[in-house]
Amino acid sequence: MVAIPSRHRSLALLGGVLLVQVLLLAVQIKRDSRGRLIRVWAITATSPFERAGAWAFGKVRGVWTHYFALGSTSRENEALRVENDALKLTISQLQTKAAEADRLAALLNFRQAHEQVPMVGARVIAASAGTASRTIEIDRGERDGIHRNMAVITPEGAVGKVIEAYRDESQVLLLTDKYGGAGAMLVSSRIQAPVSGTGDPIMLMNYVATEDDVKVGEKVVTSGMDKIFPRDIPVGTVVEVKAGNPFKLIRVQPAAKLAQLETVIVLLTQAPVEFKTDAPTTQAGAQASDDNAAGKSEKP
Amino acid sequence: MNDTYDFHAGETHIEVHKFFPGVILVLTVASLVFQASAPVYFPKLEMLDVPLLVTIYFGLSRRNPSTGLFLGMVIGLAQDALSGPTVPLGFYGIAKTIIGYLASSIGARLDTEHPAARFALIFGFFVVHQATLVLIRRLLLAQPEAWFNAHLAIAGGVNALLGTLLFLAFDRLRR
Repeated sequence: MVAIPSRHRSLALLGGVLLVQVLLLAVQIKRDSRGRLIRVWAITATSPFERAGAWAFGKVRGVWTHYFALGSTSRENEALRVENDALKLTISQLQTKAAEADRLAALLNFRQAHEQVPMVGARVIAASAGTASRTIEIDRGERDGIHRNMAVITPEGAVGKVIEAYRDESQVLLLTDKYGGAGAMLVSSRIQAPVSGTGDPIMLMNYVATEDDVKVGEKVVTSGMDKIFPRDIPVGTVVEVKAGNPFKLIRVQPAAKLAQLETVIVLLTQAPVEFKTDAPTTQAGAQASDDNAAGKSEKP
Repeated sequence: MNDTYDFHAGETHIEVHKFFPGVILVLTVASLVFQASAPVYFPKLEMLDVPLLVTIYFGLSRRNPSTGLFLGMVIGLAQDALSGPTVPLGFYGIAKTIIGYLASSIGARLDTEHPAARFALIFGFFVVHQATLVLIRRLLLAQPEAWFNAHLAIAGGVNALLGTLLFLAFDRLRR
């Protein structure tokens, strides 16, 4: 056997390790395999720390907020009468708690308004561990009835879809991921076209013909054609329209605050959810638009 | 076992540092959890790559290319696993394997204890890491990806600054 000189040993090792990983990449691409076992191990190992971190951050933020509330009240004490202090402090604390509860209240209201739709609320415990993808990890999994390809929303609008469900956690692919997207339509014209992520905070609306009339500020909602999102869930707002050939370049600002997600809702069904949107949505127009766009391909 | 030992390469005199038991494991897990959790609350922190900084630090300190590349591979694969199914296993793994190897090799030849040297090295490694990711995207995955832009340049500077400060803290964990 040929001995490798010691000074080249580490170089040979590097070559071997890189080769193995390139082969691993090739296998995943060839077989469309995603190394689920390794991902389950990694998430199982880190999710307890992520849960603890989320809990600790909530506590720290509560203390921090209360500190500022008390500090503000203290400054006011110097200018106001003593008998008002206790009341102002109470109001300040209540306001702080109300602000903290707003997010949860919005979810609760949404849940109560759609009691007929099976859904589950979930807390975001982690995001993607790199800038190569736009995913989040939530603290609900298969035990809560969550499966792949279920729609994830907030009261503001669509967030993404469940891309992997584990026992107690799930990973959600955001609409803004390069592989993310949804079947969508423009609210006013009912033109159907898929919206896809680019890896940036803004999404693209594809395959809208140049002759179609699209205006900046127009609302975009889900079309239901992707069999993931129920129709009429807000997707975003058109922020830029450029002429193109044969299709327009349309950029869409997501309705949900995808960079600041802390709690989300997972829809456990494809049943329609009626959102209160600003613009009117007509069933007849939607049906006509469905017929027009039925042949258009949508990003998986 | 000695806390540190020296080896001589020509005129150079370079220390190989040892750490308290479990330090590498704890910092590795902590960096991965931070990388996955922090952007949830502070989206701007997405530009940081703390697992990369940990890979560079232990590469420069341990100065053994074999262990450096293995640590880089483990951290990179874990980062792949935590980045969701759209990031194939090996994406960050390959990039961080290369960085682990380079950091260990450079650490074995140069004194990398000075903060200015560390800043420059971290920035350089960030660029190499980013270039490797782009190459993997373009050549192996056949996906479009920008080579380098102003945002990445800023991210490189921020990572280098944070890394320089973190390394000073990590130095206290040496035996």
